[in-house]
Amino acid sequence: MPLLELDGVSRDFDVSRPWLNRVLEHEPRRYLRAVDQVSLAIEKGETLALVGESGCGKSTVARLIVGLYQPSAGRVAFEGRRMQMIFQDPYASLNPRWRVRDIVAEPIRFLRTSQSVDELLRQVGLSPDDGDKYPHEFSGGQRQRVSIARALAGEPDFLVCDEPTSALDVSVQAQILNLMLDLQARFGLTYLFISHNLAVVSQVADRVGVMYAGRIVELAAAAEIFSRPRHPYTRMLLDAVPDLSMAGKPRIPVAGEVPNPLALPRGCAFHPRCPHANERCRTETPALIDGVACHAVHEKRI
Amino acid sequence: MILEVRDLKVEFPSRRGTLIAIDGVSFSIAPGEVLGVVGESGAGKSITGLAIIGLLEPPGRIASGEIRLEGRRIDNLPYEEMRRLRGRQIGVIFQDPLTSLNPLYTIGRQLEETIRTHLPLSASDARQRALSLLKEVGIPAPETRYEHYPHQFSGGMRQRVVIALALAAGPKLLIADEPTTALDVSIQAQIIALIKRVARDHGAAVMLITHDMGVIAETAQRVAVMYAGHIVEIGAVQEVIHAPKHPYTVGLMGSIPRISAEKHRLVQIDGAMPRLNAIPPGCPFNPRCPHRFDRCVAERPDLMAAGASRAACWLHAAA
Repeated sequence: MPLLELDGVSRDFDVSRPWLNRVLEHEPRRYLRAVDQVSLAIEKGETLALVGESGCGKSTVARLIVGLYQPSAGRVAFEGRRMQMIFQDPYASLNPRWRVRDIVAEPIRFLRTSQSVDELLRQVGLSPDDGDKYPHEFSGGQRQRVSIARALAGEPDFLVCDEPTSALDVSVQAQILNLMLDLQARFGLTYLFISHNLAVVSQVADRVGVMYAGRIVELAAAAEIFSRPRHPYTRMLLDAVPDLSMAGKPRIPVAGEVPNPLALPRGCAFHPRCPHANERCRTETPALIDGVACHAVHEKRI
Repeated sequence: MILEVRDLKVEFPSRRGTLIAIDGVSFSIAPGEVLGVVGESGAGKSITGLAIIGLLEPPGRIASGEIRLEGRRIDNLPYEEMRRLRGRQIGVIFQDPLTSLNPLYTIGRQLEETIRTHLPLSASDARQRALSLLKEVGIPAPETRYEHYPHQFSGGMRQRVVIALALAAGPKLLIADEPTTALDVSIQAQIIALIKRVARDHGAAVMLITHDMGVIAETAQRVAVMYAGHIVEIGAVQEVIHAPKHPYTVGLMGSIPRISAEKHRLVQIDGAMPRLNAIPPGCPFNPRCPHRFDRCVAERPDLMAAGASRAACWLHAAA
């Protein structure tokens, strides 16, 4: 029994123009499909990462899972005890008027858990004295530690982390990623890790889902994705990451851009950028079969 | 050398004393060369760039040192002269392309205006030049796009327009401050390729400021690593990445996540970079340094030869 299961989850957003414009200009309502029939399962104790470029729907999936959005279609099933979320911006996600002690204590009071604030602060590498400070007295990395302490206060078994290190410098990012790995080993936590950074994902994930234009295009073990990517988009993404060991070597940059979500191409959304696209790709949307949604892979053309 | 910076010191006087943001920074960039400047937030890389283009926000000011463009001193120029120099001799690319473009004018008009401000061209010649610039930076259908407004472009396309603007007057020096940070990886790779091509084809010197070592690895020939207002290491990119000499660079390289099939812990540097009002005496990195000894606390190291690079670290002092 997986800890969390998404079954054909979709989410539409109403992006219609105002009522008066619609009436005067005879425009219909318009919907944007941010997430399109996403199915995945997360097992207890593992880290599943969702990667993709901006607008691919990865953050919407996170918000659907924690219930900040309701799915337009499909089902989210959670078998665990409790979930918590860690956000990208440690400046916006902590109340500036509260002392850190009160921020961390709120879930304890509200959920009546038996955690101690001092112990939580120690677990995330802060000192109990830091509890008396306000968020502005901390650096970005320390604030993210406070966010993690607050999340742990609710005694979750599942954490949804939406770009938890994207706002941090690399050396601080390394501290936070290591802390997350330590806490996972210690408390048997399960993570959904959302990131646009493939290198970060390769350090923390057990399995990886690659998203493009609202759909999962490849879902496989991290070792598979990073050593033998199958979907042309995954290959393109991996090629595009500036690599330290690649210094000085010429590289062919990928052409094209992510499509406008209001005017997605028919068939496979990636086909205009794909070197392997054929007629079928232009008309028929590929399903996620055996961990990859690509006609060319299914037909063994690549 | 196109750009020479010698012993640059930038300070911000404040009520609670003077903060020194840049302390004794020296480097130079040759024609066609891309120098990467890397460091974490607050290390002083953007301030260095702003000091060169004369756009330090008051009360920030250059306290000492000199900046030369093709041998001519530019750090003490009057405002008007500096303004003419920017755009004509120095092109600037910032992180957010939206703030560099006027939302009320078509990009064609903005390009034409920039070209005619700096070059003695007729309106139709300026238009021709603008179109060829748009083509050069890889904007499809430049004739159509010429009449479009900035909001009609995607982020990557906007950054291309900003690069076209920076190149409008054929500058000798290009300063790019986090030009790819706001972009997705696939677009980032396209912009990196463009900046490289521009340096090569125009023989311009490029100062590429970024926190992303991967971008520097792919674009620059040499790299300067900044920490707390100092250059702590400078050398060839390959050398600095594969054989870093300064303990901070060693930690920084180890903490950069790399794509690997195995999940594992990263090297971590404990602590954080000091704030400007609390830079420790001696080597600014000494409180976090695993190799610290007496001299590091007492005396500030200057850049010294360390293998094929130069590092500001007493470990490399000739005994």
